[in-house]
Amino acid sequence: MTPDPQETADRIIALVRAKAAGAEAEVTVRHGTEALTRFANSFIHQNVAEETSHVVLRVAEDGHVAFARLDGPTDNGTLTRLVDGALESARVRPVDPDWPGVAPVAAATNVEHWNEATAAATPDDRARVVAAFVAAAAGLETAGACSTTETVAAFANTAGQRLVGRSTIASLDGIARTSDSDGSGRFASPSIADLDGSLVGGRAAAKARESQHPTDLDPGRYEVVLEPQCVENLLQFLFVYGFNGRTVEEGRSFVRLGEQQFDPAISLRDDATDAETVGLLFDIEGTPKRRVDVVVDGVTSAALHTRRTAAKAGTESTSCAVEDGDIWGALPQNVVFAAGDRAEGDLVAGVERGLLVTDFWYTRILDPRTQVVTGLTRNGVWLIEDGRVMRPIRNLRFTQSYIEAMAPGAVRGISRERALIPGGFEGIHLVPSLHVTSWNFTGGAKG
Amino acid sequence: MYDVAAAAVEAALAAGARYADARVMELRTEAMVARNGVVEALDHEERAGVGVRALIGSSWGFFAVADVGTVAARRAGHQAAAVARASTRVAGADIELVPEAPSVGSWSSDVREDPWSVGLAEKGDLLVGVTQAMRDNGADLAEAGHRVWDTRKWFVSSEGARVDQHIVETGAAMNATAIGERETQRRGYPGIRGQYGTRGWELVRELDLPGNAARIAEEARALLTADECPSLDATDLILGSEQMGLQIHESVGHAVELDRILGWEAAFAGTSWLDLGQLGSLRFGSELMNVTADATLPGALGSFGFDDEGTPAHPVDIVRDGLWVGTLSGRDSAALAGIERSGGAIRADGFNRIPMVRMTNVGLLPGTDSLESMIAATDDGILMDTNRSWSIDDKRLNFQFGCEIGWEIKGGKRGRMLRNPTYTAISPQFWGSMDMLGNRDEWRFWGTPNCGKGQPQQIGHTGHPAVPARFRGIRVGVRG
Repeated sequence: MTPDPQETADRIIALVRAKAAGAEAEVTVRHGTEALTRFANSFIHQNVAEETSHVVLRVAEDGHVAFARLDGPTDNGTLTRLVDGALESARVRPVDPDWPGVAPVAAATNVEHWNEATAAATPDDRARVVAAFVAAAAGLETAGACSTTETVAAFANTAGQRLVGRSTIASLDGIARTSDSDGSGRFASPSIADLDGSLVGGRAAAKARESQHPTDLDPGRYEVVLEPQCVENLLQFLFVYGFNGRTVEEGRSFVRLGEQQFDPAISLRDDATDAETVGLLFDIEGTPKRRVDVVVDGVTSAALHTRRTAAKAGTESTSCAVEDGDIWGALPQNVVFAAGDRAEGDLVAGVERGLLVTDFWYTRILDPRTQVVTGLTRNGVWLIEDGRVMRPIRNLRFTQSYIEAMAPGAVRGISRERALIPGGFEGIHLVPSLHVTSWNFTGGAKG
Repeated sequence: MYDVAAAAVEAALAAGARYADARVMELRTEAMVARNGVVEALDHEERAGVGVRALIGSSWGFFAVADVGTVAARRAGHQAAAVARASTRVAGADIELVPEAPSVGSWSSDVREDPWSVGLAEKGDLLVGVTQAMRDNGADLAEAGHRVWDTRKWFVSSEGARVDQHIVETGAAMNATAIGERETQRRGYPGIRGQYGTRGWELVRELDLPGNAARIAEEARALLTADECPSLDATDLILGSEQMGLQIHESVGHAVELDRILGWEAAFAGTSWLDLGQLGSLRFGSELMNVTADATLPGALGSFGFDDEGTPAHPVDIVRDGLWVGTLSGRDSAALAGIERSGGAIRADGFNRIPMVRMTNVGLLPGTDSLESMIAATDDGILMDTNRSWSIDDKRLNFQFGCEIGWEIKGGKRGRMLRNPTYTAISPQFWGSMDMLGNRDEWRFWGTPNCGKGQPQQIGHTGHPAVPARFRGIRVGVRG
């Protein structure tokens, strides 16, 4: 029988109190199942599942702080060893002058991103979704994965904060291939019933067929229409290196609060309460999630914070603490990019001469301050002329400042349609397609 | 623990698997990070559980439980077979395994100073001290950290293999960041991620972090006002050994992974530009290029006694005299590719992940030159070292890498410092232009502790023996 995570969390807090009466402690316990059915060469080749049992404990005794984590059995002996180890580590550490203390008692928003069918999904359920994707490709080679995740989580701390939550995510992400082209399709939702393998596989196959026989295009600056996977990639770098309260405090961030740093068409928020997103409603420090507007009509309005970065900045946590957050800082789990007013197809119609890009690949930041990133296109690129898709292009390398690409006056259109795209640090973000005026392509597939 | 693994295997066979194996794993880790004179994070982690792999038809089924009891192991074995059976809804040709005599044995990494015997206070003092030294010498942000992974695993297969291993991995890193008006500059030591190996705390002592802290902080500060790396369509490029480790990892190691070549990673990590039909005849690089995958190298991060399907570690030639001659493989991929024996390159990053093709120690064999002789022999070129950014396409062909620091070379001498050095090329052309290669005295086993691959993603630990090298006619200074 799966242990109750709240009972496990309470047991750990009680153990800390028994062994170090004055110590502070916070613990997150996550139980659940994660399963992923992977296919390549149009058949399922790796099919995996696991029962998860994850504990993250942080203790602080007179300002001496240490973490301990556990993936394994949660019997009393193991938990006692976990607590003893954390306290022992803390006692030999120097005092942490920036320890912010544990979170106060506060209720979480009554929102739940949960679906019973996803929680109970079987390997057969996932295989059926994969079969539909493969069939929709109608003979093209396919590859990808269908996954289902069910998480039941509990938080407790020595200040009396106790929270429980649960979430499910189902996703399908795959490609179809010809001899000289790939096309991708993807969809994510709390509900496995929303995964339409035929629709997603058909989209991937259409892209693969439409991008056959690509030709070279000279590198240079072009208008681009970026589909949602690319836009999510923009957000990754903006948030990890920019809106992160840690990088702001260190002076490494581009963020200047109150300034018009983005095009007025852009509004971004971190919002786990949005009905269209997924995930839990509290962070690893037990701070309840709430809507935080980060960019409003192009004006940078907030940085994101953990309890540590918030204390240093003289503000409150925005519930953006993640595991390893003391290293990375404050990271959002649910960025919502405000929808625009154009249909996806109309974005292409607005391009004089430019490129339609399906996916970005292997992007790496060259400098966090300027947000210059290099990477490549993948899974379909087309030349657009006079508002019409003309021909497929071989993949291109770019070296581009992400913040310049979204600067005031740089955005020509944002789609109404949005997609949930998984990002780093277990985040999943709701993003549209984006038409921007200039993108710096610095090389072709041949160099 | 053998009994637990055996129970899982028995359950998988009883549930219909034609082959099964199981790993019981216990992992204990320690990580400490200091920033600007303060220990900011101290993290201990324990992981324990059993993962079972069951083969039915054309698919592996895998199931893991965070439990090391026999009852849980049997459940995992049964579930692994059930998961594999569901795959028959979308089936391909049956998976075959190349023969491998069942291994029975034990292996441990060679640890001279047990990292657990070194007190946390001493570790903290070291990290705090070097961050303070970096701050005192020009760093706006100074970070240092160490990590220890201590893994015990017991492997049992339905063919009779029984192998246990104890692998200790230790390493450390530090970096200094200088923040300017418009950009930041950083210097890491001894590399972007530090240095790691299958060794004990003696590795950290040998790094001599205190002896290098002031230097890298001064270099980071100096980079803010250094001249920008020029944009040149073609110049002579000399790479230091740390950057060569990254170069090998990205443009050779991943390209020769057999699962990528066979399309098993097509949707996520990507494929490879290499075609199996050209194995043995394709020119990968110049005649100076000799690459091996060798999990037997003492102390290197990709070393072990047996891979995670029980194949004993053994060296595999990957590139010989510039010709592509080998791959990184496992028993299933080798069978499909018509390769006689598994390359012994199958590993998982925990009990809860399916074993897959991973790099072992993929590296260059040394040549006869030296960094100084390369500089002396270069009339007009650029020296770059320490990786800062890395990006390569999904076929491992087109890459653009950035380094932390560069120096102009004129008339055989190292000249002015250059900031933001980058270079870009196509892999076989790049390796084909290599005309000088460092010698055995400069041969260093770089450890990469963060190689991402697979779904769900796994973080692999890989080793990369490398020496400095010179390349001719390379495009440098790509800008945003």
